Amino acid sequence: MAIIRLALLSMLNRRVTAGLTLLAIALSIAMLLGVEKVRRDARGAFANTISGTDLIVGAPSGAIQLLLYSIFRIGNATSNISWESYEDVAGFPRVRWTVPIALGDSHRGFRVMGTSGAYFEHYRYARTESLAFSEGAPFEDVFDAVLGAQVAQRLGYVLGDKLIISHGAGEVSFLDHDDKPFRVAGILAPTGTPVDRTVHVSIEGFTAMHIDWKAGARIPGLTISADEARAMDLTPKTITAFLVGLDRKISIFSVQRKINEYREEPLLAIIPGVALQELWDLMSVAENVLRVVSSMVVVTGLLGMLTVILSSLESRRREMAVLRSVGARPLHVFTLFMSEAIIFSLLGAAIGIALLYVAVLVGQPIMSREFGLHIPVELPALEDLWIIGAVVLAGGVAGSIPAIRAYRLSLADGLSIRN
Amino acid sequence: MTVEVDGIRFAWKPGQRDVVDIECFRVSAGERVFIEGPSGSGKSTLFSLLGGVVSPREGTVRVLQTNLSRMPAHRRDLFRADHIGFVFQMFNLVPYLSMLDNVTLPCRFSLLRRKRVRSRAESPEAEARRLLDRLGLDQHELHGRPVTDLSIGQQQRVAIARALIGAPELIMADEPTSSLDEGTRERFLEVLTAQCDEMGASLLFASHDMRLSSMFDRRVSLIELNRAAPGQPKEPT
Repeated sequence: MAIIRLALLSMLNRRVTAGLTLLAIALSIAMLLGVEKVRRDARGAFANTISGTDLIVGAPSGAIQLLLYSIFRIGNATSNISWESYEDVAGFPRVRWTVPIALGDSHRGFRVMGTSGAYFEHYRYARTESLAFSEGAPFEDVFDAVLGAQVAQRLGYVLGDKLIISHGAGEVSFLDHDDKPFRVAGILAPTGTPVDRTVHVSIEGFTAMHIDWKAGARIPGLTISADEARAMDLTPKTITAFLVGLDRKISIFSVQRKINEYREEPLLAIIPGVALQELWDLMSVAENVLRVVSSMVVVTGLLGMLTVILSSLESRRREMAVLRSVGARPLHVFTLFMSEAIIFSLLGAAIGIALLYVAVLVGQPIMSREFGLHIPVELPALEDLWIIGAVVLAGGVAGSIPAIRAYRLSLADGLSIRN
Repeated sequence: MTVEVDGIRFAWKPGQRDVVDIECFRVSAGERVFIEGPSGSGKSTLFSLLGGVVSPREGTVRVLQTNLSRMPAHRRDLFRADHIGFVFQMFNLVPYLSMLDNVTLPCRFSLLRRKRVRSRAESPEAEARRLLDRLGLDQHELHGRPVTDLSIGQQQRVAIARALIGAPELIMADEPTSSLDEGTRERFLEVLTAQCDEMGASLLFASHDMRLSSMFDRRVSLIELNRAAPGQPKEPT
């Protein structure tokens, strides 16, 4: 105990150097834990985005690509699938429900998704949660829209507001469907998923917007007003993808095979969980690189500590001799230097955790706004404790180098410094 | 007897030439011995041997009837903490400890000295204050100042207080006055000897300033005592 007190007082005496060393270690630990936290939370958020859907069907591309554009609103579909195929699959045995998804338009940077009322009934997230309306109700009219929580909040929409959908998925679009405005019919409660950043419109409305369009542009000379469109057949010709729910989980593979072997049109059916796993496998390379980089930063921090302690050694030989003269054993000298390294590591870890919490608190709204990623403020996970334990252990190993040197010096020096 | 040294030889490394070779050396309880000798005559090494920091290659070192040469290193360290106080030439203090913490330092390593302090004072700190008072250090004036700010004379007096706290039986001072000026030197010595007398401690005082030797019971020349000291007539090289 006396030795630890000595170590603390000695560090306090060199507070500028010690403080900077501590800061370097704390920052590196905050970074390492931060990378882990974002990785974990991102995985959690992705895994929680879709549940209850057995299959996702779209045009043949990659499973990950289909998952990303249909559920996560990332990237775009390369091609569409026909409504006939959709209806055929909906009639397959074992298929309990289907929800069509039409994508490609946007509203002030938020993606617009055409779908049916069944979406609000069948879509599940966070294992079992279904979509809840904080205000309003699902589509009643062709030109009704249901906003995700974040869309409504960021753009300040209330029920009954009109909004104009832009053609294309970009942030800024010069082509607006300004002849067919939509009315805000409902606003969803927050889910922490991409649903929050989606403008849902009825699939009929989505079709109506494009009824006088062809190949991404208005058909010259043809203008069909919103009211005229209402009277027309608004069954879509094509959709981007659709979700499938089965009545028995056990049929997933047989239905998937049946869809993939569908003869009328090439289709791709994916199991969300499997595609998600593929995505993790893909991302694990990048994750591991990040981990290695942040581990190297921690190593650098500890090397800095090692340098600071080692360079103080020479000037502290006199102090070691004094301690020896009052009865300190060489082992005490070893402990003195070792405690310093351990204090650096432990205090560094504590400050690092505190810094991480500050960063999470500050970064939370930004991450949520920019990436739709909710980073919860929560107690450190068990894995974090392992990481901290490993860092303190590494600090101890690094600290043992000057400690062993000090031990040897004090043994050789005794009461007077000898060279 | 406080110190009994018989036939010791010591070299810092095996195979190197001996730096200490002493046939017989005695210090009785409460005795003040002036050890005289130029630097390199083995003073510091002799002190290291008596303090149990190192062990002789041959012969025995007894302090307070305890054979140090037979003890394992960690027991010698404990023995030193319990029974011996040191004052060095300079840089006696741990720079990051306060004056009081420096004085009470031996009590942190020795249970025995802590107990002895308890028998005469409330706490190690109280005893440290009493000692510092006796040594003429104004604690009001010096309170809260880092020890590195003290003058060398003041630092040396703090070192005496540290050596004396918990009443160890043997005080060894290795040229403690050489960095002091003329006036403080006399005063320092008076204070040191008076405190050793009061505590009943034996004092071994090494210096090459012969003028100070008059205050001691006995004077020993290391050149004569230590057969391995340079300048010895029988030394072949």
